[in-house]
This record gives sequence, C-alpha cells and structure tokens, in this order.
Amino acid sequence: MNLLSSAFGWLSDPANWSGSDGIPTRLLEHLDYFARSLALALVIAMPLGVLTGHTGRGGFALLSIANAARALPTLGVVIIVVLAVGSVTSLWPVLIALTALAIPPILVNTYEGIRNVDADLKDAARGMGMTGWQVLRQVELPVAMPLILLGIRTAAIQIVSTATIAAYVALGGFGRYIIDGLAIRAIDTEVAGGAILVVVLALLVGAAFIVLRRVLVPAGVRHQS
Amino acid sequence: MDWQWAADHVDEIAELTKSHLYLALMPVLWGLLIAVPLGVLCVRLSWLYPPVFGVVNVLYALPALALFVLLLDFTGFSNATIIIPLTIYTLVVLVPNVVDGLRGVPEPVRQAATAMGFGQLRRLVQVELPIAIPVIMAGLRIATVSSISLVSVGVLIGQDFGGLGDLFIDGFQKNFMTPLIIGVVLIVLLALAADALLVVAQRFLTPWSRTRVVRGRTRARVARRWRPA
Repeated sequence: MNLLSSAFGWLSDPANWSGSDGIPTRLLEHLDYFARSLALALVIAMPLGVLTGHTGRGGFALLSIANAARALPTLGVVIIVVLAVGSVTSLWPVLIALTALAIPPILVNTYEGIRNVDADLKDAARGMGMTGWQVLRQVELPVAMPLILLGIRTAAIQIVSTATIAAYVALGGFGRYIIDGLAIRAIDTEVAGGAILVVVLALLVGAAFIVLRRVLVPAGVRHQS
Repeated sequence: MDWQWAADHVDEIAELTKSHLYLALMPVLWGLLIAVPLGVLCVRLSWLYPPVFGVVNVLYALPALALFVLLLDFTGFSNATIIIPLTIYTLVVLVPNVVDGLRGVPEPVRQAATAMGFGQLRRLVQVELPIAIPVIMAGLRIATVSSISLVSVGVLIGQDFGGLGDLFIDGFQKNFMTPLIIGVVLIVLLALAADALLVVAQRFLTPWSRTRVVRGRTRARVARRWRPA
C-alpha cells in the first residue's frame, strides 16, 4: 500500500500536471500514437477480414499469417524500424509496431465473425432477393458486430498498454514516466504513477467499447448473445 | 545481415534462446495450473465468473513493462519478476476458454455420464475436460505465442531477464541490425514451432475429432455445390 500512496502522491503533485513533461501533454501524445495506429490497423485489417469472411476464401492463409504476426516482439520491431529510418524521433517505428500488434485480433475476429454467420440467415437473405453486397451490409456485418467489436477492443487495449515502449526510443506518451523513472530508480513515485495512468487509460478505452457496443450492435443481435 | 557475427555468437544465442523459452513457457504452465481449477470453479459457481472475468481483464490492461518494474520491489532481480506478470497475462485467454469449453459440453452428454454412475470429479476429468480440450487448446495456443513474444520486454529491466530481447538492446546500442533481425526471426520461429507442437498435441489428445472434422468438411463442400449461384 506504501507503493500506492507514494504513487498517488506523485500523481497529485501539481508540478507533474504542467509543462512539456506534464501529464496532459503525455496523455495527448499517448492518445495520438493510439489513434493513429488503431486507425491504420482498422484500415488494413477490416477490409481483409470482411472480404475473406464473406467469400470464405483464403481464410486458412489469413489465420496463419495473423498468428505469426502475433509472435512479432514489439520492442524488436520498433528498434528495427528505428535503425532502418535512422531517427529516434520519427513516429513511424512506433506506428508500424503498434499497427502490427493490432492487426491480428481485428483481422481474426472480423473473419471469424462474418464466416460464422448462420448459413440459414444468409440463404434467407438471398431468397429475399438481396445481392451479395446487401447480404454483407444488412445481415453479415450486423450479426458479426459483437465479435468484431471484441477484436477491436482487444487491439485497442493492447495498443494503449504497449505504446509505453515508444518511450524507449525517445518518443513521448505515458511510457516516458516509466522509462525515465526507471533510469533514476524513482520506482514508487514516477514509475508507479506512470503505470497507474496507463492502466486508467486502458480501462477507459475498455469502457468506451461498452458504449460503442450499445450504439453499433442492433438490439436484436444484442439480446441473442 | 552480418553472417560472420552470427557465426561468432552461436553459443551466446543458444544460451539466450534457452532462457527465453524458460521465461516464456513457465508462465504458460502456471497459467494452465491456475486457469483450469479457476475455470471449473467459475462454471460450478456461476456468480463467480463475472468478477473473475473482470479482474482478469483489468490485470491484462496493465502494461508489461510497468508490472515488471512494480514487482522489482517484491521479487527483486529474479526470474519471478518476469514469470509472474506473464502468468497473469495468460489468464485472460485461458480462464474464459476453460469456462466456454466446459459450458459447451452438451447437457445430454453430462446426463449420460451421470446416468452411467460417474461421480462429479470423474465426470469432470474423463468427460467434460476432454470435450473442452479444443476450446482450451485454442486459448493455450494464443497464450503461448503471446508469452514467447512478450518475454523480450523484460530486457528493459535487466540484461538477463528478456531472453532473446537482449539482442534488441545490443543492436540498438551498437546501431547494428544483425542481432535485431536474428532476435525477431528466432522469436517468431520459436512461437510458430510451439504453436505447431500444440496443434499436434491436440490431435493426439482428441483422436475422436479427426474423422468428424473430415466428414464435416466434405459435407460442407457438397452443400456449397448445391446452393444456387
């Protein structure tokens, strides 16, 4: 409990709430990495997952690649791209590594969600004269939405907690407190405070998805699951 | 890629690979030892599952780096500092999969086992858990692969605690790509090999599912052919 109280002491110190190393600045940086890499991952993974799930082709290859991508060590990927780009302040290494981290859960859940839509439902939609595109938009996507959102949620939480690694290559975000605090052995103040900030942010992201679920999942599907 | 460097450091890389596997697989083992009893308990006492699920998910949101550092206070510079957080992370996939696997056992099967005179424990071990194996295995595969890739973050705590992650720091400090590439490739290969082993293990553990899968697939193919274009 000693650790918690000193961490909260650090968090409530007004000095840590202003300036370029202040919590608001670091929060914006953290959210910036988060939003960009999640957007990139969505743009890449969603169409691929929807396409393979809808056509049922290439699923096995897709799952194998996604599984292999899960094995990529984020820290190693960040450093490789840093060396390749030749700059520790470029945003790309972190964006690429975090996007690679976020793609597998989104891809796999989108694919599985759409592929596992009850065949009878799809046949009924076809029988009503829907085109392939309509079946996808009006039947498959809504029914698969809970699983798709779950994948995006996993990806989002992983990005928030892993974005801390950005600090190792001289970028910002909440990871700064952990890496800098570790360097000066300020474990029960700065490091613990930084860790708590990341956890709170991750919990808020998780909570945001509960709201998203209410908005995006149609009532009929929601009651079923 | 400097192959000479790789050849000169084979022993060191082998040593790092060994410690990497130890640090990555111990958490999976511990995770399984915790998740199976906990999952069984959650199925028995259904009020227990939502809080357990919530706690496990909150713990999962803790960044690995932060957990490693916070544990330093209690466990010091020891393997436990790496193994405990990674064990916690495995629970987020293992516990729900054990619960889903057990809940997926068809009620008639359960009743048949009871009717044949199986006690609760024997029914669990000989009927319910074997039927749940495919779902538990799916979780175990994800936990194993993630664990193997996550260990490398431990190197930020200390050189000896990140397995092959040591090569990342080495490469970063020397601005030298070779150790980085070797590290990433080896980690991915280890993860894929472990995953393949688990797939093989599952085939041996669930011999009854082999024929069913094949039959299911042919039936699906026939059905697709019959569907009007």
